[in-house]
Amino acid sequence: MSKLHHVTVTVNGKQYERDVEARMLLSDFLRHELGLMGTHVGCEHGICGACTVIFDGEPVRSCLMFAVQANGHDIRTVESLGTPEKMHPLQEAFHEKHALQCGFCTPGFLMTLVSFLEKHPNPTEEEIREAIDGNICRCTGYESIIEAAKLASERMSAREN
Amino acid sequence: MTGKVFGQPIPRLEDQFLLTGTAKFIDDIEIPGMVHAAFLRSDYAHARIKKIDYSAALKRPGVIAVYTAEDFGDYWRPGPLQVPPPTAIKGSQFNARPLVPIAKDKVRFSGEPLAVVIAESRYIAEDAFDDIIVDLEPLPAVVDLEEAWENKPALVHDDLGTNMAALVKQERGNYEEARAKADVVISRKILVNRNAAAAMENRGFVVNWDEREQEMTVWATTQAPIPLRNTIAARLGLFENQVRVITPFIGGGFGPKIMTSQADDVLLPWIAMKLKRPIKWIEDRRENFLATTSERDQVHYAEIALTKDGVILGVKDVFYHNTGAYDPYGMTVPLNTQTHTISNYRVPSFYTEIRMVFTNQMVVTPVRGAGRPEGVFVMERLMDAAARELNMDPAEIRLKNLLEPNELPLRTGIIGQDFVEGVLDSGNYKANLQKLMEMVEYEKFRKEIQPALRAQGKHVGMGIVCFTEGTAVGPYEGARVTIGGNGKVSVATGISTQGQGHFTVFAQIVAEQLGVKAEDVNVVTGDTAHFHWGAGTFASRGAAVAGTAIYNAAVKVREKIFATASKWLEVPPEQIELGDGKVWVKGKPEQFITLGDLAFRANPTRGVIEPGVEPGLEATGYYGPPYGATGAGAVAMIVEIDPETMELKIKRFVIVHDCGTVINPLLLEGQVEGGVSMGIGNAFYEKMVYDENGQLLTASFMDYLMPQATDMPPKIEIGHLTTTSPLNPLGIKGVGEAGAIPTPSAFVQAVEDALFEYQLEIPESNLSPSKIFEYVQKASKKG
Repeated sequence: MSKLHHVTVTVNGKQYERDVEARMLLSDFLRHELGLMGTHVGCEHGICGACTVIFDGEPVRSCLMFAVQANGHDIRTVESLGTPEKMHPLQEAFHEKHALQCGFCTPGFLMTLVSFLEKHPNPTEEEIREAIDGNICRCTGYESIIEAAKLASERMSAREN
Repeated sequence: MTGKVFGQPIPRLEDQFLLTGTAKFIDDIEIPGMVHAAFLRSDYAHARIKKIDYSAALKRPGVIAVYTAEDFGDYWRPGPLQVPPPTAIKGSQFNARPLVPIAKDKVRFSGEPLAVVIAESRYIAEDAFDDIIVDLEPLPAVVDLEEAWENKPALVHDDLGTNMAALVKQERGNYEEARAKADVVISRKILVNRNAAAAMENRGFVVNWDEREQEMTVWATTQAPIPLRNTIAARLGLFENQVRVITPFIGGGFGPKIMTSQADDVLLPWIAMKLKRPIKWIEDRRENFLATTSERDQVHYAEIALTKDGVILGVKDVFYHNTGAYDPYGMTVPLNTQTHTISNYRVPSFYTEIRMVFTNQMVVTPVRGAGRPEGVFVMERLMDAAARELNMDPAEIRLKNLLEPNELPLRTGIIGQDFVEGVLDSGNYKANLQKLMEMVEYEKFRKEIQPALRAQGKHVGMGIVCFTEGTAVGPYEGARVTIGGNGKVSVATGISTQGQGHFTVFAQIVAEQLGVKAEDVNVVTGDTAHFHWGAGTFASRGAAVAGTAIYNAAVKVREKIFATASKWLEVPPEQIELGDGKVWVKGKPEQFITLGDLAFRANPTRGVIEPGVEPGLEATGYYGPPYGATGAGAVAMIVEIDPETMELKIKRFVIVHDCGTVINPLLLEGQVEGGVSMGIGNAFYEKMVYDENGQLLTASFMDYLMPQATDMPPKIEIGHLTTTSPLNPLGIKGVGEAGAIPTPSAFVQAVEDALFEYQLEIPESNLSPSKIFEYVQKASKKG
């Protein structure tokens, strides 16, 4: 066992402290140290986007970062959105538009889109397509995901106005 | 109110768990005391194992054990074959070489396991690979299919004396006679490239042996939980009911997750019993690319014989099929190719020959499409060549040769993957193509739109093709439907789920029969403790085969409801109404019993149950079709190519599809769109490339390109026709593979049409900008 490093990180508004090896991936840290299993690991080389989390407001691949790099930073995962009983508007739109099938890539899409919609509250379909281009879905063909994002953006904008 | 739910586009009942990160997947399973497995895999494709020394690994802190083939003693043995070859095909030859769980004496593909390390963490287990000394003597790798057939440059299985895995000849009519009468005979060599299933979740296996209970629990990402349980139990000498296989939520299947008797499910249960520790193994993406299974590597020598009017007289196809290093899944894939080569066309004479070869590559088993895209690709390429030769329109030659509805059901004379002669049960193939032509404005495109675009210098072309999808094959599935004391309904079936929406469509089938809300039907799939008979999720059969078994069980429960209610309400069954979770006397809604209450009364703790009456509001149903149901459709796609860069844009993608009765239109469209997306990937992005040493050059998502959102057309336009299947009471056919099957065929035709001035004839199923450029360069030189 190599040397352990003390990490303090805020995840979904809650502060966690752990001692971890320098090589522990942030994705493994979230999943197996903090028990936040909603973040999924699809490729471990930064292509598929399933492990996307929001890191200081920006979507990042948690499989391409080490847990120690998150020391002192703020992270949001899919668990920060809604619950099965009360879902986030984006989650509701995914449900209505059948924007998920196996659901494994879904948390990554949700976090990419939550971050995107915060910055672009009224996106066009083309802009949404570009925004999710770094996330791979093998089941849906993306069309329903784009429709869901559009629907959610409309509802979320309407609520704020 | 329980309105009509069957056939309605209701959103899925399972979504809220998947959307909130609360659904449990295989890597979410944590058990106290659990240890982790990692497989050391061969870097060589073909080599003799001289020595594996893992003594240093055992000294590494955190390493618990290391095993090689020798350490498993008599427990190490190949197989069994997961799918045997059909015996019904006269004269067919098959050389069985089932999977070995871990390489012994010889390595046969790059990525084959050499050793398994068990450690306190996966990180430590992989560290230990550096401590293991592996001495391999490389051998020439068998890579090329036709050379393999000639037993060059080596034998994959020395004891066999040949690389032939199978030789199957099937014929209907007499091709040579048909050929002699033909005005035109066209021969082509056609290649179908290799693709990965690439489900977003890799495979995984968790096993816990409870020594005191003498019970084993296995969590696995399997499409076939019951066959998996049965082979694990048999291998360990346990009873089936001592092994429980549970499938958690599974992140996509697409074929390879049907496999059993692989390193994980053979070795880890044995190790778990020895170590008395729970073990987890999660496959990584590189392992998935190298050492799970993949599909579509065939070389066809095909021929079509026609009259000068474009009427097909016969088709001949001799093809090489790569089965990889072993053939555990029998001849399923190439048999599907045989049955799908001619299926929707009137082909009086057909000769088809499979030459299945062993190579030093990963094993080939079905991937979404499973042999069907290959057959369709060959036939559609022949139709395109014939249209060109006879100066006919590609739609016209197809319309001329498609079977008419009154010719169905049609016995095809060709035995398929389900071991019986193929029968086209029902369909309206011409109507599919005609509807497609309306949707895509075929005449207008050819006469006005395309000429105008060409006049502007644009390279826009259309591909238009037809296909069938053999689905819903046997042997059978089963289900149990139970009304609980809570008044809700539980359903358990033996197949497992990888995202298809079974929890919703099965609930819709049951809700309709039992007068309850769909959300009050709880469906359990893939847990052998809940239901333990069945074959699995493959060949687009979940909805049609398991769905029909569920329907049959629900109908029996419905009958029991009326019989039991009749006794308690003291009126004949005809005077009872069922709905909203209760039964009541017709016209007297105040005289009612809830289904929950009725369930208790059907299972009394005292008193008498009449002879012949089974307790509870519960029934089990089974369904086994005599042969599969055949879905069908047609696809048109319009592409624009920049002739400078060969950048390609899909301007329109239109698919007309007929899968019989629709249970849920929303989910159906999802299935079709997903299949199309994979088809587009197969045609233009995804290609597994092996070099001459049998090394996979595309073992990551950086090298194996998956279609992304910006690669897809703006919209996949879907048209539906419904020709019910006569094979099951709901008239359902499968749909899961539909989109993947015709897309490469349409793609290459569209590319040829877009670059019309080069008169390309593309003989392979996978393109890329650089490959289109090469074809154009070659054509330019010729011109």
